Amino acid sequence: MAGLKTRKKQRLLVVSLAVASLMGATLLILLALGGDSLSLFLQPSDVKAKQVAAGQHFRLGGLVETGSFARAEDGLTYHFSVTDCAATLSVEFKGLLPDLFREGQGVVTEGALNTDGVFIASTVLAKHDENYVPPGTMPKSADQCVHPDAQAAADAAYSGR
Amino acid sequence: MHRFANPAQFNRLADVVLPWAIGLTVLLSVAGLYYALFSSPPDYQQGESVRVMYVHVPAAWMGMFVYMVMAAASFTALVWRHPLALLAGKAAAPIGAIFTALALITGMLWGKPMWGTYWVWDGRLTSVLVQFFLYLGYMALWQAMEDEEKAGRAASILALVGVVNIPIIKFSVDWWSTLHQPASVMRLDGPTIDGAMLVPLFLMAAAYQAYFVVVFLWRMKLEINNRKLSVMRQASLQNTETQMEVAG
Amino acid sequence: MTEFLDMGGYAAFVWTAYGLSASALVWLLVSSRRKLTASVVAVDAARARRKGDN
Repeated sequence: MAGLKTRKKQRLLVVSLAVASLMGATLLILLALGGDSLSLFLQPSDVKAKQVAAGQHFRLGGLVETGSFARAEDGLTYHFSVTDCAATLSVEFKGLLPDLFREGQGVVTEGALNTDGVFIASTVLAKHDENYVPPGTMPKSADQCVHPDAQAAADAAYSGR
Repeated sequence: MHRFANPAQFNRLADVVLPWAIGLTVLLSVAGLYYALFSSPPDYQQGESVRVMYVHVPAAWMGMFVYMVMAAASFTALVWRHPLALLAGKAAAPIGAIFTALALITGMLWGKPMWGTYWVWDGRLTSVLVQFFLYLGYMALWQAMEDEEKAGRAASILALVGVVNIPIIKFSVDWWSTLHQPASVMRLDGPTIDGAMLVPLFLMAAAYQAYFVVVFLWRMKLEINNRKLSVMRQASLQNTETQMEVAG
Repeated sequence: MTEFLDMGGYAAFVWTAYGLSASALVWLLVSSRRKLTASVVAVDAARARRKGDN
């Protein structure tokens, strides 16, 4: 019986170590790869820091700056600024905007910078934040640089629908 | 230790728990759906589409919870060779696979109108899809091998390897930039969901949990019966062989 | 009532999400129960056969 007990103890040790080392190794690899390769988008300050060349395709994400949204005279082209509070980039987009697209809310766009440093987007996706509240209620956590004007704008947009 | 002593005990315990779990599933589902569809406010940004969350988030939680159950069962099966543990993993897998699939599909149905796309290969969506394939792989390994002991061991190893995906799912939204929103409920500074919306969310989550207990216990009993049948079949096969040898 | 069914214009998405969730979960529940019932019958039959053999 003693033999059986030690074998069970051995198995417990081997399986535990195998699982722990596998988890450790995988998580270390993911951390070593860093956020860049596994991240979906770059923020405006990343774009500035990396000095991304014009014409290079990438995803740009951030908050739509309050007061920056404008529709061009053709009625199809939109202009807005994407900010991460530290840096801001102008974006031009021709197409359909998602329902959640608002000033002061997150957005993920895909495209490339032109030679003037304007990001020409081919798609615009809206990014929701972690707040879920009824209309007219203050969200618990909000990004400081666009708040609280953004809240008023969002409320106005919601009640206007 | 008799091979079936524990399963008999398990069956007795299951029969005590089951009526309560069935009652709770019905009760919590009715209450949860009432709050989810009628008695909760729309969201200040998402409008009525926020109601998708009440079936999406509980399904996603359950997908991860059932995976942990399956992994714990696999660990017990590998270390202590407990036959019931092996069957527990086998019983849990299809339930977890369905929950994960529902999390993915309902998420896509919310993403299309809100984000503007059904799918994007960000850290969260991709890691949940990996979890779905881990479930499929686990079930496929059970099917692939004739010898149940071997099949169970191979499937259990896969389940344990896949455990690494659980923290990746949870923290993907913090480690990398994703389209999926960050955590709203399980965060250090408390939920960022309004109380009126937490009620249907928790009711639905509790309903899903009770549902899991019901289906899991039924499937455990099913797997125990299947194991009994295959043992009996082997025994009668050996019986026939000895009879034939005696006759010959 | 129509306003409720319309879901603020998101009817197609909301009702599909609830419909698929309900049908998938009910299907798994019913199929698990059926398989369990069938396995109980099979075990009883196998036991009876065994007694008949000896």
